[in-house]
Amino acid sequence: MIDPAFWAMGGHAAFVWPAYAIGVGLLVGLAVASWRGYVAARAAVAKLEAEGPRRRRAGSQ
Amino acid sequence: MDGSPRQSPARGNALHRFANPGRFMRLSGAVLPWVAALAVLLSATGLVWGLVFAPRDWQQGDTVRIMFVHVPAAWMAMGGYLGLALASFVSLVWRHPLADIAARAIAPIGAVFTAICLVTGSLWGKPMWGTWWVWDARLTSVLVLFFLYLGHIALSNAFDEEERAARPAAILALVGAINLPIIKFSVDWWNTLHQPASVTRFDAPGIHIDILQPLLVTAAGFLFAFAALVLLRTRTGILDCRARALMAARAADPAGAGAPVAV
Repeated sequence: MIDPAFWAMGGHAAFVWPAYAIGVGLLVGLAVASWRGYVAARAAVAKLEAEGPRRRRAGSQ
Repeated sequence: MDGSPRQSPARGNALHRFANPGRFMRLSGAVLPWVAALAVLLSATGLVWGLVFAPRDWQQGDTVRIMFVHVPAAWMAMGGYLGLALASFVSLVWRHPLADIAARAIAPIGAVFTAICLVTGSLWGKPMWGTWWVWDARLTSVLVLFFLYLGHIALSNAFDEEERAARPAAILALVGAINLPIIKFSVDWWNTLHQPASVTRFDAPGIHIDILQPLLVTAAGFLFAFAALVLLRTRTGILDCRARALMAARAADPAGAGAPVAV
């Protein structure tokens, strides 16, 4: 559907396409990993707060 | 991570200072979706523009399209380190806990952008210079930047208690900042295969507007991506701190270990 010459990148397809794939892939991977870490941390805090309403914050001594 | 009693006062102070991170959580929560949306929109626009619609270079042919990934990634790699150094400075001088968390958030993002810069540079160098890699000043100093990021990540995680890692990690980041002007001016100070700056110079940019436009759009997209990731990872860091404080409070208060008391 797209001109084959576009995919060929003037004979430099082996360099242009991997550059885009690696760039986008690493960024998407980092975003996914960061989001998963965030969701896990949010769940951990929610669990601790739900389990432990026995906070004696002020003047705990 | 132990909740020994001598830790308790410090934990109390840390919790107290969380008034500020609390505000950060509210603000960043409101801003983050917009920053992330702009990051995706601008990056996708700029990259497709560069890949499909930008003209090929009369000398470099289609390999010039690698620039639309390589150059914005390089800017983020260096700008990110500037952010890391600033956060480390704030951490050392004012001991602000949010600065430590921000520094820990920035380092892996900067490392990824530096890795993208190095890999795409290599993929560009092979067809244009005839080599994947050369130990000249520009390439070597960017590789050092990558190792500085990795060193910061390693040092930040080298202590059981995150707070104790903040100081050495901040000192490493500040000492490493000397590398930034070396990277920037390496192409002027030493002979290198790498071309000199063509966008960020004082006279008019040395590249055509049809190539400059997608480059700047992608760079804006990467900048928003960097910002969104820093916000997200800083939020994660604050939540991690809160979880540790909650666990320490529980360990220091075994009386509450029985039936939970509703408050």
